[in-house]
Amino acid sequence: MNYQDTIAAVATPAGRGGVGIVRVSGPAVTKISHAMTDLALVPRQATFTDFLDSSGEAIDQGLALYFKSPASFTGEDVLELQGHGGPIVMSLLLSRVISLGARMARPGEFSERAFLNDKLDLSQAEAVADLIDSTTEAAARGAVRSLKGVFSDQVRALDLDIVKLRMFVEAAIDFPEEEIDFLSDDRLIDNLESALTQMHTLTQQTHQGAILREGITLVLVGKPNAGKSSLMNQFAGDDISIVTATPGTTRDVIREYISLGGVPLKLVDTAGLREAENEIEAEGVRRAKAEMLAADGVLVVIDAAQDSDWVSQTTELLAGLEAKPAVFVALNKIDIATEVLKEPVPSPYHATRVSAMTGAGISELKTALINQFAPNVTAESNFIARSRHVDALTRAEQHLMTGRQVLLEQSAGELFAEELRYCHEALIEITGEFSSDDLLGEIFSSFCIGK
Amino acid sequence: MDFPTTYDVIVVGGGHAGTEAALASARSGALTLLITQNIDTLGQMSCNPAIGGIGKSHLVKEIDALGGVMAKAADAAGIHFRILNSRKGPAVRATRAQADRQLYRAAVRQTLENQENLHIFQQTVDDLIVAEDVVQGVITSGNIRFSAGRVVLTVGTFLGGIIHVGMEKKAGGRAGDAPSNNLADRLRELPFQVGRLKTGTPPRIDGKSVNFEGLEAQPGEDPRPVMSFMGHADQHPAQVNCHITYTTAKTHDIIRAGLDRSPLFTGEIDGVGPRYCPSIEDKVVRFADRDSHQIFIEPEGLNTHELYPNGISTSLPFDVQLALVRSIGGFENAVITRPGYAIEYDYFEPRDLRSSLETKHMKGLYFAGQINGTTGYEEAAAQGLVAGINAARAAQGLESWCPARNEAYIGVLIDDLITMGTKEPYRMFTSRAEYRLVLRQDNADRRLTEVGRKMGLVGDARWARYNEKLERIESRKTTLASHLCRPNDAVEAYLGQKLSREYNLSDLLRRPKVDIASLLPAVGLHWDDDEVNEQIEIDLKYEGYIVRQQEEIDRMLTQHEVPIPIDLDYGLIQGISNEVRQKLADVRPESIGQAGRISGVTPAAVSLLLIYLKKTRQLDDRRRA
Repeated sequence: MNYQDTIAAVATPAGRGGVGIVRVSGPAVTKISHAMTDLALVPRQATFTDFLDSSGEAIDQGLALYFKSPASFTGEDVLELQGHGGPIVMSLLLSRVISLGARMARPGEFSERAFLNDKLDLSQAEAVADLIDSTTEAAARGAVRSLKGVFSDQVRALDLDIVKLRMFVEAAIDFPEEEIDFLSDDRLIDNLESALTQMHTLTQQTHQGAILREGITLVLVGKPNAGKSSLMNQFAGDDISIVTATPGTTRDVIREYISLGGVPLKLVDTAGLREAENEIEAEGVRRAKAEMLAADGVLVVIDAAQDSDWVSQTTELLAGLEAKPAVFVALNKIDIATEVLKEPVPSPYHATRVSAMTGAGISELKTALINQFAPNVTAESNFIARSRHVDALTRAEQHLMTGRQVLLEQSAGELFAEELRYCHEALIEITGEFSSDDLLGEIFSSFCIGK
Repeated sequence: MDFPTTYDVIVVGGGHAGTEAALASARSGALTLLITQNIDTLGQMSCNPAIGGIGKSHLVKEIDALGGVMAKAADAAGIHFRILNSRKGPAVRATRAQADRQLYRAAVRQTLENQENLHIFQQTVDDLIVAEDVVQGVITSGNIRFSAGRVVLTVGTFLGGIIHVGMEKKAGGRAGDAPSNNLADRLRELPFQVGRLKTGTPPRIDGKSVNFEGLEAQPGEDPRPVMSFMGHADQHPAQVNCHITYTTAKTHDIIRAGLDRSPLFTGEIDGVGPRYCPSIEDKVVRFADRDSHQIFIEPEGLNTHELYPNGISTSLPFDVQLALVRSIGGFENAVITRPGYAIEYDYFEPRDLRSSLETKHMKGLYFAGQINGTTGYEEAAAQGLVAGINAARAAQGLESWCPARNEAYIGVLIDDLITMGTKEPYRMFTSRAEYRLVLRQDNADRRLTEVGRKMGLVGDARWARYNEKLERIESRKTTLASHLCRPNDAVEAYLGQKLSREYNLSDLLRRPKVDIASLLPAVGLHWDDDEVNEQIEIDLKYEGYIVRQQEEIDRMLTQHEVPIPIDLDYGLIQGISNEVRQKLADVRPESIGQAGRISGVTPAAVSLLLIYLKKTRQLDDRRRA
């Protein structure tokens, strides 16, 4: 297949190591490499160079590698920029590449192109399909996670504003005889200005990283007093949540960031999951479920001194959860555990016997977590999810600003409509599907159309 | 009896879909038979007497560029022409003609009768001749068997129709026409999915009983536009005004008092009506805060007093209709000539169609028009044209043809229908076309004449005029690009500002406030042919947008060109969710591009589909080797 668009992504795990790689593939590679290095790169030869921003200042220094089509991983022109690792530099390099005409690659898309361009063996088809499947899921989780809370609310509010603007504009275009010519209406301008202000604030905030956090999320769940908070303290190294012997002390959700094998790990401690008797605890349980939905992993903490039926207990805990995070079980309190739990038992779960009190087994648990998460924190970590959102918001804002300009300076309603469509399509990348028929639905439910 | 001639293509139905289908098939060189229940109603405008409008005139002009009859008939019959959205930019501008029904019918019939390769026969078609899921011909009510390898069915105006006026209902087709019941029953035995829709019409009014004094008159456009690329304003018959009036608070009271006898509000009607064309009772209930709604009074023709009051479609009982009509300004003494009514009817799930409009279940059988869930003459005609072209092409052993979404509104219409289906009578709007800026009514000729010529649909006269226009555009563009304006040239007075450096005229035309009509005389150029000048201006003004849209189109086409076998087993594709699998299996898309447009089919699912197709293709190659 002869792809028209150029894709880009950070090819190295987020937050780890000294070197980070931005990979670009597609027809715009030559243009991008020239703009970023001011050099004519020789194929298959590493060149040490500055990576330039739009004003010619260096963003970073590193190696640029150019592979000419078809002798490349994807079979297309490929550029690799190897710079200093770390989210900020990678993010700057990626934004620069995107501003030069690339778009963010979808999960597994490099491999997909490689396969479709006969660069991978037929036997690898399954592997590529698996990669797309699993990384898409990871990306979806990343998106849910980074869309939580304030950011999500703001984007959705903004999305509604844009739908409303489109509704006015498209209604004016498609139903000019219905006395609803909003294009010349002051309210339209007011709505537009307010949407622009909101969008600007939001992009500024995301750029500053104030809203989104990065890393892998691990949620600790278990019965009250199973020792979740103590275990969390073991991981984190100092006392963060209140640890008492009264069940249900941790009613709210507590978050802690630690580094696990170089990967930022967000620990989320939840209220004990049990049949809640009072309102506060019911709320805590509901939040715990919500946290599990958005997590990469769930660490089920079992009181080994009390619960010998931990397998069925774990299954019950996870029941009804739509998403399928990785599950780990910590059989805690082995220092005082029952005889049964001192020995390994067959189970579908990855169980580690630990003592949050003595520290026994903690390093085995950490290793298990590293094995699970560290190799996979590549293309679709929160960092990438955030970059996608920043990219989408930036494009949305640009189109809205251009739209304002064509409306105010040229009264060009159809061009304003076009910019609004582009703006909305960028937002849809964050908020989800919306068809032209949905838009017509908005129009018909708001205005009395009917000639 | 077995009719002695074997046809290439048989078209059943003589409405807007049937007539365009028959003409296109015959123009393509296929021996074609048009069978209609009534030769006198060929090309009948059975609803409101207007052709064109927003989104619709785009379709009309595309049909015209492919040699169809609709635009020509509208020019021959148009008694009132309007340009809509004239102040909103060329991409969304549209033309609408009020047409005299008799003149329109006459123009269509004349074209049909003079078309080479086309025979017309009057009888009802009762059955299809089918052998092993391949269509072989049709059997008429007179038991005549006509054979043809391709049959286009355009019998949608009200299959299994039930008409409602108040609480009374009866089986029936469009007012006065018999429904095609035998054929409808026969089709229901085939594995097509059937859905139910609803629409309505207003009561018609005798113009002699209307007091026009005090009503707002709406004159036609001056200068008068034409529909056809080959049309001239001097072909138009005498021109008349339309009028505008309004419902009153009293009208709304009368309607509210009659709701207990409304089939819409008592649950008698379960078909889904169009959201953009609600009945007046619906408008009054849903938009209760409004005490007035606009009504367009459209003349039905030059030789009749009958009027079409557009905006008061209703299925209320007749006594309520009479009272509500007489509560409207100017209608105080109105005489109703025909009551309004609602009609429920069947349609066939259009996702069971290929882009050629051939059914997936039966080879050689094509569906076009209202049978596919659309509404409107223009939508029907567009489908008829495509079905007729493809039936003829199949007869000639050629590949099917359907314009892509970036080439024509016809392509948007068909792709929407076969990909998303429809839940209400489907009508075209410009907001359905994502490539709206390149799909304009003014460039329909530039988008489609060439492909039409290749398919044998475009005659010599049109082809010559088209080429002449293209040459003029090109040579004038060359002149504009080479004509330089320098600082202190006289053009500065026109621009109202100094030139900072040398500019050519194309550069100046790209400026927002500069237009070609006033710029040309300011630089001493006097070019006639406004149509050509307009094209040049639009090309320059939209240039940036068109380039960007073209990039989008190129990306879309890359996927559009990857075919998917129609019998693909979606159960074998790993990684996609059951929901997406089901959606794909329901539509059975023809290309990767179409698959991606199905609601709920994610980019990742499209990737997995691509990989699966590539893998199976390689395995097949290997097996063959």
